[in-house]
Amino acid sequence: MSSHSESIIREPLITGKAISYSQITEDICAPVERMPSKAWWIGFSIAVAGLLLWLVAVSYTFWNGIGAWGLNKTVGWAWDITNFVWWVGIGHAGTLISAILLLFRQNWRNSINRSAEAMTIFAVICAASFIIAHMGRAWLFHWALPLPNQYGSLWVNFNSPLVWDVFAISTYFSVSLIFWYTGLLPDIATIRDRAQGLRRRIYSILSFGWNGSVKTWQRFETVSLILAGVSTPLVLSVHTIVSFDFATSVIPGWHTTIFPPYFVAGAIFSGFAMVLTLLIIARKVLGFENYITMAHIESMNKIIILTGSIVGVAYGTEFFIAWYSGVEYEQYAFINRATGPYWWAYWSMITCNVISPQLFWFKKIRTSITATWILSIFVNIGMWFERFVIIVTSLHRDYLPSSWAMFYPTWVDVSIFIGSLGLFFTLFLLFLRVLPAIAMAEVKLLLKGSSEQSKLKLIEHGHAALPEGYNGSIEVENAKN
Amino acid sequence: MSKVKYILGHFDDPDVMMSGIDQLQKSNIAIEDVFTPFPIHGIENKLGIKRSRLPIAAFCFGLLGTITAFTMVYYMLVIDWPMNIGGKPAFAFPDFIPVMFELTVLFAAYGMVFTFFYVNHLFPGRAPRVMDLRATNDRFVIAIDASLNDINSVDAVLKEAGAIEIKHNERKYISYDEE
Repeated sequence: MSSHSESIIREPLITGKAISYSQITEDICAPVERMPSKAWWIGFSIAVAGLLLWLVAVSYTFWNGIGAWGLNKTVGWAWDITNFVWWVGIGHAGTLISAILLLFRQNWRNSINRSAEAMTIFAVICAASFIIAHMGRAWLFHWALPLPNQYGSLWVNFNSPLVWDVFAISTYFSVSLIFWYTGLLPDIATIRDRAQGLRRRIYSILSFGWNGSVKTWQRFETVSLILAGVSTPLVLSVHTIVSFDFATSVIPGWHTTIFPPYFVAGAIFSGFAMVLTLLIIARKVLGFENYITMAHIESMNKIIILTGSIVGVAYGTEFFIAWYSGVEYEQYAFINRATGPYWWAYWSMITCNVISPQLFWFKKIRTSITATWILSIFVNIGMWFERFVIIVTSLHRDYLPSSWAMFYPTWVDVSIFIGSLGLFFTLFLLFLRVLPAIAMAEVKLLLKGSSEQSKLKLIEHGHAALPEGYNGSIEVENAKN
Repeated sequence: MSKVKYILGHFDDPDVMMSGIDQLQKSNIAIEDVFTPFPIHGIENKLGIKRSRLPIAAFCFGLLGTITAFTMVYYMLVIDWPMNIGGKPAFAFPDFIPVMFELTVLFAAYGMVFTFFYVNHLFPGRAPRVMDLRATNDRFVIAIDASLNDINSVDAVLKEAGAIEIKHNERKYISYDEE
């Protein structure tokens, strides 16, 4: 409850000296209620340019078929599936923050879960676009669903991980969407009650008539908890099933039992990197520094060290097991990854994913905004290369040396990828304009227990004292004033 | 004064409001409802509100999802069109599990959330039953039915309990149409 005071040694989750409940409302509603800033317009224009590029490239692919891409007989999956897995992975951080950290009662999730969940939804939209596009005949996508048809009915093959993937991704998208929207209801109601005229009417419809009564809140909390409970195994299942697309095949380099945990760790790793990339900019531009604090950034960096290290161990294990298996083809697949024609992709992956995140062991680096932002970009790049390495280097040299080939992307491959970033950022920037980017109700919940001012009050009233050598962010000098 | 329908006690602090509830109950004043900007833990016990049964609904919907998925896959792969895939059995139960799991989660989540919307009358376009606009912002509002209680004594108790503002509303809910 709000009367519970948290230890002063814990980093405060809301900084600032004079934050009140109405101040939180003002600060978080401000970006939605004022006219968009110049920075927003610049970002939005670039994003829409990317979106247009995406439209052109996807339309070109639909018109001409996937021959427009650089695929060949040997490399039948390349950037399409790389981008798909990359985007789905990015989405996973949102669910980790909203579901798993809720179950573990990590209160620092409260101020980042909203935007991270939005990121999940937009990332899954981008991922799904690659799945639809790589089918070639996109207008027949419903053939992947178990629908009655005129061929028998000939049903989809439920023994195939590709069919499991259809169910996993669509369930993941649907459940994330409803989890996110249910969480938005109280905050939409806040905007509704501050707005006038047409805005009030629109937000009134969107708020579903939320009124914040006792029973509503009680059921809301139950719903949140159960949704978190079902989303936790769901998010783990999604990337597990994505990894089954590879692991259940007989391709050397893909056919490994380590894939499910390795993919899930990689997904969370890349997702947190993307959350940092976005939020470090957003907190500055939108003025959320008091709510998304250095403590939040540092916590996320710690998760990046953990998941980055798990991914590093997985790379090593794969290599070791390939050698230990004694299977010549398996061994070649891995030697070829590190020293073959795609050595540069492999070593980019190792540098970005395994080596650079280890810099976060230094407190100076993980509490530096610039360093964090740059390293988050490194992780994004590294995780893209990881999927590229797994997919293309495993395929490009198959059992028959006469069919060995390289993959060269065409302008369409490159445009769809860059364009998907445009799609993502267009959606994200629109989200920042129309919906509160921080869950106001959840942040207000922390004000009395975990904020800097509440901790200062404890010190001031002599209920607690900072230990010698304390080097956290509470400024003791102010406590005496 | 007889036109007053509801008395609203505004508090700016959840803990003060909680002790306000205690004092109102000590004076035998029935509380209609409490509107807050965020969930207040422990308030259900004070107001005698029963535990939500939504988890049971979620479980039932989840079970329905499991059964639906199993029935669907079994019908398609075993009854309607069994396929000979390398001589393996058509009823390959382990392969059914991923789809059964996904549909369990999907049914549980959507079933529970729509039940929540249904029992709380939440739907797009629903006119909000809000008694005070600041209850979604920074005020913790206790609503008391004026027809059941003596207005002056309610006011006195609320003031005593630390309410920063006391409102006498002549209609139950705010009208969102007046502008």
